[in-house]
Amino acid sequence: MEAAAGGGCGSGPPLLLSEGEQQCYSELFARCAGAAGGGPGCGPPEAARAAPGAATAAAGPVADLFRASQLPAETLHQITELCGAKRVGYFGPTQFYVALKLIAAAQSGLPVRIESIKCELPLPRFMMSKTDGEIRFGNPAELLGTKMQIPYLITEKNTFKRMDDEDKQETQSPTMSPLASPPSSPPHYQRVPLSHGYSKLRSSTEQMHPAPYDARQPLVQPEGASTGGPGAKPPRHQTSLIRSFSVEREPQDNNSNYPDEPWRITEEQREYYVNQFRSLQPDPSSFISGSVAKNFFTKSKLSIPELSYIWELSDADCDGALTLPEFCAAFHLIVARKNGYPLPEGLPPTLQPEYLQAAFPKPKWECALFDSYSESMPANQQPRDLNRMEKLSIKDMADFPVPIQDVTGDDKQALKNTVDEVLPKDMSEDPATPKDSNSLKARPRSRSYSSTSIEEAMKRGEDPPTPPPRPQKTHSRASSLDLNKVFQPSVPATKSGLLPPPPALPPRPCPSQPEQASEAELHPQLNRAPSQAAESSPTKKDLPYSQPPSKPIRRKFRPENQATENQEPSTTVGGPASVAAAKPHPTVQKQSSKQKKAIQTAIRKNKEANAVLARLNSELQQQLKEVHQERIALENQLEQLRPVTVL
Amino acid sequence: MAVCVAVIAKENYPLYIRSVPTENELKFHYMVHTSLDVVDEKISAMGKALVDQRELYLGLLYPTEDYKVYGYVTNSRVKFVMVVDSSNTALRDNEIRSMFRKLHSSYTDVMCNPFYNPGDRIQSRAFDSMVTSMMIQVC
Repeated sequence: MEAAAGGGCGSGPPLLLSEGEQQCYSELFARCAGAAGGGPGCGPPEAARAAPGAATAAAGPVADLFRASQLPAETLHQITELCGAKRVGYFGPTQFYVALKLIAAAQSGLPVRIESIKCELPLPRFMMSKTDGEIRFGNPAELLGTKMQIPYLITEKNTFKRMDDEDKQETQSPTMSPLASPPSSPPHYQRVPLSHGYSKLRSSTEQMHPAPYDARQPLVQPEGASTGGPGAKPPRHQTSLIRSFSVEREPQDNNSNYPDEPWRITEEQREYYVNQFRSLQPDPSSFISGSVAKNFFTKSKLSIPELSYIWELSDADCDGALTLPEFCAAFHLIVARKNGYPLPEGLPPTLQPEYLQAAFPKPKWECALFDSYSESMPANQQPRDLNRMEKLSIKDMADFPVPIQDVTGDDKQALKNTVDEVLPKDMSEDPATPKDSNSLKARPRSRSYSSTSIEEAMKRGEDPPTPPPRPQKTHSRASSLDLNKVFQPSVPATKSGLLPPPPALPPRPCPSQPEQASEAELHPQLNRAPSQAAESSPTKKDLPYSQPPSKPIRRKFRPENQATENQEPSTTVGGPASVAAAKPHPTVQKQSSKQKKAIQTAIRKNKEANAVLARLNSELQQQLKEVHQERIALENQLEQLRPVTVL
Repeated sequence: MAVCVAVIAKENYPLYIRSVPTENELKFHYMVHTSLDVVDEKISAMGKALVDQRELYLGLLYPTEDYKVYGYVTNSRVKFVMVVDSSNTALRDNEIRSMFRKLHSSYTDVMCNPFYNPGDRIQSRAFDSMVTSMMIQVC
């Protein structure tokens, strides 16, 4: 056979095909020739073997087959040239066999040369996910040779991918479960030494990445036994682990609601992706910017167009950044691609961000948040657009680095008007959105995963400009105390008269001095006592400030009010007399305190504006002076020149 | 329904050009090339005018006996040129505008991809599919 094939076409080099290779190649050739003829299931191998000399494999199926070998295009070109098909113009059996041999050589890492095929090589490997059914019949060798969906890109494994590859291996290839065993015994030298804690996993899954020189032996070995039980391969490595993996995979297969198994992310993988995400971006609710992600994914050594395509698939809202589910999807696709899976045309349903977020709720996010998020999930498109706008706008705003991953209903309304605008125009909306978010902050942002962190960030961002609207007036005292240290309110002088020294009343908001003083009286009896105790010390400090505006009654007690206890007698004295009178006052005081707050903030702002304008004024005055001087100088020159011209 | 869609970079080299396959594509390429002059003329005429949505759309650049050529320029001077069949039922201006808007938003999506270097040819499949949807369905 070989001799005939070799002698049949003088241009081909003499081929030495082993029995397994012979069968495999003839099968493949038959398929290509059969497919060329339109035959669906490829003729029986015997027929093909019977007439190899006459048949030629059509270019189409051959090209498909070669592409399935996962070799780069130029290698395939080289192979085609070398095998002689280009010269003779068709893929005869000789050329085909030579080509297959060269493919095997290339996949084993050997250079594509005629000499390479002279040595013993493993069978070439093809990604035949669709045609698995076709080739199920036939020899075990052929089965193994073509069904083995073993990732080829062995040398390109990076540290960050190893775990995923192994996990991917387990989950991606349901058809491989019986064939998972063809082990290549030792972790090959081409593998980067794996230093994760998953050494066992690694070693077992490495069986599925047969090293070039070892692969052939395990291939040869199971040849005889493979047609038997699927799980009964004599692996060189821990069978138990393999079986556990295949067992692991089966429940997954059973549980899957989606047919696309390779695109399902397991828990382990998920954990790994999340860890990687955290290494790039500590906040899991935030997102990774495009450049960071680019650098990271470039490490995977996939080609740029492929990475670009993966990005396109995974960045569902096209905002140039990856949220956690998007990142997981992208990572998963990269891993799949590295393992030889062709990239899908569209994002598989199991990798959709909604699915990922629903399937893998983050442990640190509360269930309540999660439930409310699932409510907002149906409204996909709009939130996505809004998210895009929001994310861009937020990224542009350096002050608000925390992104809003999910848009609450409130935010949606606030941002609705921005949906239709072109993205660059969102700059005008940008100040609005954070402010809207700030105003909404007081409402429970239950729909956002990171509500707590966003609230904190918002609060931090807000404090400098305006005091946030506090729901509990009791705690506002602390901030108002700070304010009052800065400003010396003159307003309270009149209001102090309004405030009787009534003691036994519920705590009231107290942005101003007199109210503080009244609260100082009040606090002993009130349940605010603990907080007041803490605040009493600032109160004491403030009392000296409050001397001028404070009431005459208080002044009496001022020297005694160095301690909290001193306030108590004053309060008890004033207490019974004015309890009734004090009651209508709380509301009044609240309103007046609000007004005072507003007034004080307005005052502060005006002062700041004044300062700025004063500075500006002085600068402009300076410039005016300079301009005047220039003018004078020029006039002088003119004077000097004029007599000359006149004369 | 466009017959040919082209995306031209600021420096007037094509980032993406795609025509309905059956026709002689070279003719369309040539038409797009000549239309660039008209585009440049319109851009310079706009001068320092505020660039808003209306002025991004340049409108009909020039008609030939069989085809009409429409233009659109973005703020970054990336030009979209679209050739439509004249014999086709007269497409309303709004439809052309909406097609350009779709193009523009798809282009922005391509830009968002960090692996895309501005100035490269556009190879995004999403962009391709969007353009296909806009092209005439030639049987």
